[in-house]
Amino acid sequence: MTMVTEQPGSGHGAKRPNRIFQNSMAKIASIPMILTALFVFVGGTAWTVLHSFTSSRLLPKLDFVGLAQYERLWGENNDRWWISITNLGVYGLCSMILTLVIGFTLAAMLDRKIRGESVFRTIFLYPFALSFVVTGLAWQWILNPQFGVESVVRSWGWESFNFDPLNNPDIVIFGILIAGIWQGTGLIMCIMLAGLRGIDEDIWKAARVDGIGTVKTYVKIIIPMMRPVFVTSLVLIASGIIKLYDLVVAQTNGGPGISSEVPAKYVINYMFQAQNLGQGFAASTMMLVSVIIILIPWAYLEFGGKKNG
Amino acid sequence: MADTTMHALSGPTGPKPKKRLSRGNIIVYGTLLMFSMYYLLPLYVMIVTSLKGMPEIRLGNVFSPPLEVTYEPWVKAWSEACTGINCDGLSRGFWNSVQILVPSVILSIAIASVNGYALSHWKFKGSETFFTILIIGAFIPYQTMLYPIVIMLREGGDFLTWILNEPLEWVGLEGPGRVRIMGSLTGLVLVHTVFGMPILTLLFRNYFTSIPEELFKAARIDGAGFWRIFFQIMLPMALPIFVVAIILQVTGIWNDFLFGVIYTKPETYPMTVQLNNIVNSVQGIKEYNVNMAATLLTGLVPLIIYFASGKLFVRGIAAGAVKG
Repeated sequence: MTMVTEQPGSGHGAKRPNRIFQNSMAKIASIPMILTALFVFVGGTAWTVLHSFTSSRLLPKLDFVGLAQYERLWGENNDRWWISITNLGVYGLCSMILTLVIGFTLAAMLDRKIRGESVFRTIFLYPFALSFVVTGLAWQWILNPQFGVESVVRSWGWESFNFDPLNNPDIVIFGILIAGIWQGTGLIMCIMLAGLRGIDEDIWKAARVDGIGTVKTYVKIIIPMMRPVFVTSLVLIASGIIKLYDLVVAQTNGGPGISSEVPAKYVINYMFQAQNLGQGFAASTMMLVSVIIILIPWAYLEFGGKKNG
Repeated sequence: MADTTMHALSGPTGPKPKKRLSRGNIIVYGTLLMFSMYYLLPLYVMIVTSLKGMPEIRLGNVFSPPLEVTYEPWVKAWSEACTGINCDGLSRGFWNSVQILVPSVILSIAIASVNGYALSHWKFKGSETFFTILIIGAFIPYQTMLYPIVIMLREGGDFLTWILNEPLEWVGLEGPGRVRIMGSLTGLVLVHTVFGMPILTLLFRNYFTSIPEELFKAARIDGAGFWRIFFQIMLPMALPIFVVAIILQVTGIWNDFLFGVIYTKPETYPMTVQLNNIVNSVQGIKEYNVNMAATLLTGLVPLIIYFASGKLFVRGIAAGAVKG
């Protein structure tokens, strides 16, 4: 400690090794983390972005072609990509709204001191423990037109009932949505429930004294109070939506035709099957950009606001 | 309505009116039961289908209970179902998954717990920066890192080949030959360790930060170093968080599909990948009962963990979801 008061110039050379070896065990122990952060997360991402500007096909090579891959990606006749992002948009929007609404409704109901709360919670959350592949295959079977929902409803006497999402290109994404909602709402319900439990009982008492109805209390008081919980939920749902891949592969494998393709699948197809790396890199860079667009406002709201006051 | 309010205000029992059959209660329980059906339906359909014979499936519908219970589909799914030319059932995928799971869980938790410990009590210059990068990395789509990792694993294998063979050949001995990491279980274990790191490190860092600083300082004064404090003081206190981490990792790694399909070869495919290949295979007649038995078998491990762990599972996902 006394060293600090010495003249800055003289102690410079002698102090440096001291600082490097200080805490050296912690530094050695953190090597895996440092390597992962620098080489995989930063390095890997930068590498992919860099190579998205090249004409790499079977093997990556630094043969720059400017924005050619992106022009091809967003080209008017690249149906596969347009279908992919349209699907992601439709799925994403519906999934966000439905997951939030269902998740909050279920949580609010479970919070009303009901009987069998833990049984209901267990039922709502168990799909989240399953693999997307399991979810996709289970719903593929339930939505099977020959034996599943459609045939069952028809056998009840509603002969003209038509519900065959997995074979109808127009609505196939909703077939996937049913399965995605089934798997994902439990998590959001749990987060919402935790948020609701954090709200002071006195608020309810005050609302009741003022004669405000239950629904109105939720809409006007509770939900605005739970803004951070909603923001966290939204970020979680959004990052899950962009990753959507396994479910589609298992449930429809992108079909019928290419009508249920999604960007994550587009990337994998171009990188590992079509052997057109550059195109895959460009598409994955677009995925990265969309994540950044979602994350920056969130990070600003979460961290930027606090720092400034 | 006014009556209930009065009642609630006068009654000392609780903040909310408790009437058994109020209209609100009927709506609440009705909705909850309806949603329960939606959530339970697939599990029910899977179980029912897997216990039927194919003729019964062709006649009936997916919801009807089996008239004649048969366990044959389960046996077939486990030991006979075909993927491509291999007809040894899902058992192979199961054991592959076990071989991937055990080292991945151990390695990822070992590294992340030490990381979290270093980040909480042994901060050094730059440690927070690396941690921030790590957390941001958790949000980067895997697709942007998939191919660079392929290259890293391939080059890593070549480097190991060189370093293991060259010195031995130099003295005239025969080396172990070509070492491959890409496509091997080792490669997949490394990938799981890397991608599990952000969330696990966060989990452990938050936990270790909550351990009082005084305890740590007392141990320091007594002369204990980095590892000694970790093993003798921190580890025994952190057992619950280790259980949470294990639950998180076992379900996450078992359910993985993307990494399995990219970083392994058909012989070492994990269970989820093999399941998908069995069910979505275009060859042969579709045996829905075998498919559903196979699907249930794959879901069994996480389901058992989920039902056995109860609140700890919730704690794990909550820790993953809500930043500490």
